[in-house]
Amino acid sequence: MIKRIFIFLILALMAMIFFNLATNYSENTELSRLGHYYVETGPEELGAPNLVTAVVVTYRGLDTLGEVTVLFISAAGVGLLLRRTRRKDDDEDLEQGDRAEETAGTHKPASEIVETATELLLPMVILFGIYVFLNGHLSPGGGFQGGAIIASGTMFLLLALPESHISRLMIAIIESLSGFSYVIVGVLGVIMAGGFLDNRIMDLGTYGSLFSAGAIPLIYVFVGLKVGFELSAVLDRFRKEDTGPL
Amino acid sequence: MSILADLPISLIVLCSGLGLVLIGLWGMLTQRNMIRMIVGFSLTDTGVHMVMVSIGYVTGGTAPIINDAVPMADAVNRVVDPVPSALVLTAIVIGLGVTAVMLSYAVRIYKARKTLMIDECTESKW
Repeated sequence: MIKRIFIFLILALMAMIFFNLATNYSENTELSRLGHYYVETGPEELGAPNLVTAVVVTYRGLDTLGEVTVLFISAAGVGLLLRRTRRKDDDEDLEQGDRAEETAGTHKPASEIVETATELLLPMVILFGIYVFLNGHLSPGGGFQGGAIIASGTMFLLLALPESHISRLMIAIIESLSGFSYVIVGVLGVIMAGGFLDNRIMDLGTYGSLFSAGAIPLIYVFVGLKVGFELSAVLDRFRKEDTGPL
Repeated sequence: MSILADLPISLIVLCSGLGLVLIGLWGMLTQRNMIRMIVGFSLTDTGVHMVMVSIGYVTGGTAPIINDAVPMADAVNRVVDPVPSALVLTAIVIGLGVTAVMLSYAVRIYKARKTLMIDECTESKW
């Protein structure tokens, strides 16, 4: 009872704070100083039409590297928590009973419609993911969004063909390589341009064309691959039956 | 309908975001099922993102993409703040990672205890 009163009190106090926030809120009529600076100098300095991308990849590139690291650590954490290990013998019976129970539920094949749709749509979903991260500097989108679309393709595959085998070794290799290349591009920025993750190590190109904005498309390709494969690995870990290590 | 039309659009987004934060907090505090607590966390997370996006809105602004539709010379007066959008992009990814780890903990606890109720796990309770 006393717990409920506390919960009610906490929520009521939060609601009061939020009410004050909402009633005193007035919409901005002009950009903040930082935003103003980015909008004014961003397109000329970095050559990227999409300013959110310019902020994410270059101006606040270190944050994005941290973000990719957090995602990597959480994927590693999921892998560690959901790994299957050989138990001791006395656990074995229980484990097998479980497994029989589990597999009875999951081995129902997906319907014809889902399977056919997957065969038709999966290449397009993956292609769309690649399109989104390649055009991250020109249109709404970017590495994380494209990676998420690729992972949704993997989800599709796992739903339609639950038996399909996803190579953990391939995922690990692509993920590590793209993460490593991302950092290398960042370090090249220190040597060849203004600082860590500076995108001007390559020619800025024609404003608004696919190969422009210096290293931004390159970085987004690495981020997209890394995020896509990382999320695919996470989805794969949440499957019931396991195909063993690597 | 006319009252809604008079409100600034970002205020509506802000209020919905704050409402979602409250609903999520309520869910995290009252629910005993771990999956429902995680759903509560996700709601709070989404609410915070909406609040952040609404703060970056500028009256009449459009997406900060400088192309034919938004000429470079006039861009400063016509786009919304790109910084909160970039921060929300980061926050969404971090929220996703945190949710994935929480769900895998829930799976692990379910395997060990055959229950998702948090009341059954009393070892670390004080």
